[in-house]
Amino acid sequence: MNIIREFGTAEFLFILVAARWTILLTLASLAIGSVIGLLIAVMRIVPLRPINWLALAYINLLQGTPVLGQLFLFFFGFSIIGIEVGAWAACVAAFSLYTGAFLGEIWRGSLQSVPRTQWEASAAMALNYGQRLRYVIIPQAVRLSVAPTIGFIVQLLKNTSLASIVGFVELMRAAQLMNGATFSPIPIYLTVAAIYFIICFSLSQVSQHYERTLHVPR
Amino acid sequence: MSLVNIQNVKKRFGNIEVLKDVSMSVQKSEIVSIIGRSGSGKSTLLRCINGLEEVQGGKIVVDGIDVTAKDADLNELRQQVGMVFQSYNLFPHLSVERNIMLALTVVKKMSQGEARDIAAEMVSRVGLADKLKAYPDELSGGQQQRVAIARSLAMQPKVILFDEITSALDPELVGEVLKVLEDLASGGMTMLLVTHEMNFAKSVASKVAFMHHGRLHEIGAARSTIESPQTPELKSFLDAVLH
Repeated sequence: MNIIREFGTAEFLFILVAARWTILLTLASLAIGSVIGLLIAVMRIVPLRPINWLALAYINLLQGTPVLGQLFLFFFGFSIIGIEVGAWAACVAAFSLYTGAFLGEIWRGSLQSVPRTQWEASAAMALNYGQRLRYVIIPQAVRLSVAPTIGFIVQLLKNTSLASIVGFVELMRAAQLMNGATFSPIPIYLTVAAIYFIICFSLSQVSQHYERTLHVPR
Repeated sequence: MSLVNIQNVKKRFGNIEVLKDVSMSVQKSEIVSIIGRSGSGKSTLLRCINGLEEVQGGKIVVDGIDVTAKDADLNELRQQVGMVFQSYNLFPHLSVERNIMLALTVVKKMSQGEARDIAAEMVSRVGLADKLKAYPDELSGGQQQRVAIARSLAMQPKVILFDEITSALDPELVGEVLKVLEDLASGGMTMLLVTHEMNFAKSVASKVAFMHHGRLHEIGAARSTIESPQTPELKSFLDAVLH
């Protein structure tokens, strides 16, 4: 009797369907991470030193430690202090904080790329600090940040494969499970690579489209 | 009482004294041309008047508002003091119409309709009625500068500061911008201009102020000051710029 299954349509579909968790984890982290990122970017540029330092400390902490370590910290760390967090919650928390740090830096760079004269012109027109940011600086920064932001999303999507290590069944974990059942690593991991590639390639196409259509000033 | 009153203003950038005890007053409807070599403090003086630069000493009062007070409401002040820059500084992501409407809707809380009417009126005043929906990068330098003037005018300021507004323009585009300034002058607008256009200073301005090494070196009626300068410094400056 052969207990090893063939890698067939059912196994392929199992992997394909698991890709939705990769996408959902990316989207959830992106949604929460964007809010954190915007906050961090603004905190980096406001003319208040302590606020700048706070944001910088957050960025250094998150960018200077491996995301895998952060993931373990959330998954195991909380259970040590008696709070049970599931794999999904731990993954979303870790990837959101990580996203917040990186988008924060990307967006800070974009905000600072808007010429100083745009701040002056809007100040001279009696707009207060918040109004200058909202109506003049941020809209121009958004156009500058499209390409690096999508570039980061591609990184994030690929990095969610780390979630497999804490047992969250996304694309990579599904592949490991199927490999355990079929022992066909080559077709399985080629399939997984193809799925990652298709998603990431589509994203970079979107980025190129936006770079062409949003006319970036200067 | 004068509209703009500058008393003993001192300004430093680090250890460099840019303004040393400058005093000047501007009456309503007066047009003052500020001339002088680069680095003499002309632009800095202008930028102190709307609080873009902080002063280290002295006092500036515009329409009864003390700009230099610690608790000065600069946003209130800037509704009364327009400014036009050398590099136009239009908002590149907004159409001409939106550039003009922004402060009207956001600062003056006007409705979109009201603001749109004013935008249309202002662009036709600078002769660009057909460019209302255009974006800044679709306009020539002269056209952009005229939009910048329209944007400033829309706020109905009591005084407008012009910081070398023709210096970045190709020579053939200078005329159209000066023409708009002349129209404003004849409409009674109070203006302070930092300029290198001596003929304009002579024919349109009421006063000429010559800045030299951070001091107001000579000031007087426009035509007579340019035609017969009293100090050797102004004379040598005029010789240099008029050839």
